[in-house]
Amino acid sequence: MHELAVTEGILKTAIEASQKNGARPITAIHLVIGELSSIVDDSIQFYFDLLSKGTLAENAALRFRREPSVAICRDCAHQFNATAPLEPQCPQCGSARLQVKGSREFFIESIEVEDENTRR
Amino acid sequence: MKIPVVKNILNANDQIAADNRATFDELGVFVVNVMASPGAGKTSVILATTERLPKDVRPGVIEGDLASRIDADTIAARNIPVVQINTGSGCHLDAPMIRGAILNLPLDAIDLLFIENVGNLVCPAEFKLGANLAVVVASAPEGHDKSYKYPGIFAAADAVILNKADLLQVFEFDIEYFRRGIEMVNPNVPFFPISCRTGAGVDAWLAWLLEKQKSFAEDRNQSVIV
Repeated sequence: MHELAVTEGILKTAIEASQKNGARPITAIHLVIGELSSIVDDSIQFYFDLLSKGTLAENAALRFRREPSVAICRDCAHQFNATAPLEPQCPQCGSARLQVKGSREFFIESIEVEDENTRR
Repeated sequence: MKIPVVKNILNANDQIAADNRATFDELGVFVVNVMASPGAGKTSVILATTERLPKDVRPGVIEGDLASRIDADTIAARNIPVVQINTGSGCHLDAPMIRGAILNLPLDAIDLLFIENVGNLVCPAEFKLGANLAVVVASAPEGHDKSYKYPGIFAAADAVILNKADLLQVFEFDIEYFRRGIEMVNPNVPFFPISCRTGAGVDAWLAWLLEKQKSFAEDRNQSVIV
């Protein structure tokens, strides 16, 4: 549900960045999403398609880069991917002494806009 | 052509959260964002805490809820200044809502402001409000797997309260298992098993909270905004 607010944030930030650079149509938006943030890619795409109509960002491609979270076993040092629901035990040695390293960030890394010479 | 941006997606919200915080800091109001699933006992925890506050720490409450005034009326019945925010179908509070609410609160008569977020273990964690502390309330009936299923909100917590701890046995709640899940994403976060019904454990939580509030009263330049 909060993806609506998140998508509004994406759109606003991307359009502002384009406006500062000649207000050219946006072709792609590169997003970085930490695995521990609760952002669902598909919902963002859904809202984006609705909200971007008639803006500089209409038809822009959303490119998601997920920053993976990693669980590290404090007993055997085994590392494995950590997504919710978290594994309570190390799959290698069975230890419950685990540490998850991951980011809750989500930000716009960059946008791509049409080049000057491709502009109609 | 590629244009680097590197901007938090909720930048607009974060800026208003910073404004809220500046207002709170100026007036010496210490703010706690209370997050939990529906029914964990957010209102009960706030009441149990305010009942035990020393006289010189004056409480206030912002109540976030989808539609009703039930919780706000409960708080108001104790003569605590309270503002209700109804989010409609909104699943979380955000900084602009708090900005509006504080206009209707006597902030100069409040030392410790609780913001009761909308009952939800997902969305509230993503939206800064301008508070000093984020506290997550879990409860025994919800089950001990909550920390594994919702790591994001537990990672965001400055303290975790386990309410209804008098019912651990009834619900076969494995407190160590639950706590290991929290520790995976948030090592050494303060953890307080309490029962608002019996009062057990509330003093330990209160002592920790008052310590934080006191250090704020002595030095308002605390940079972390939640």
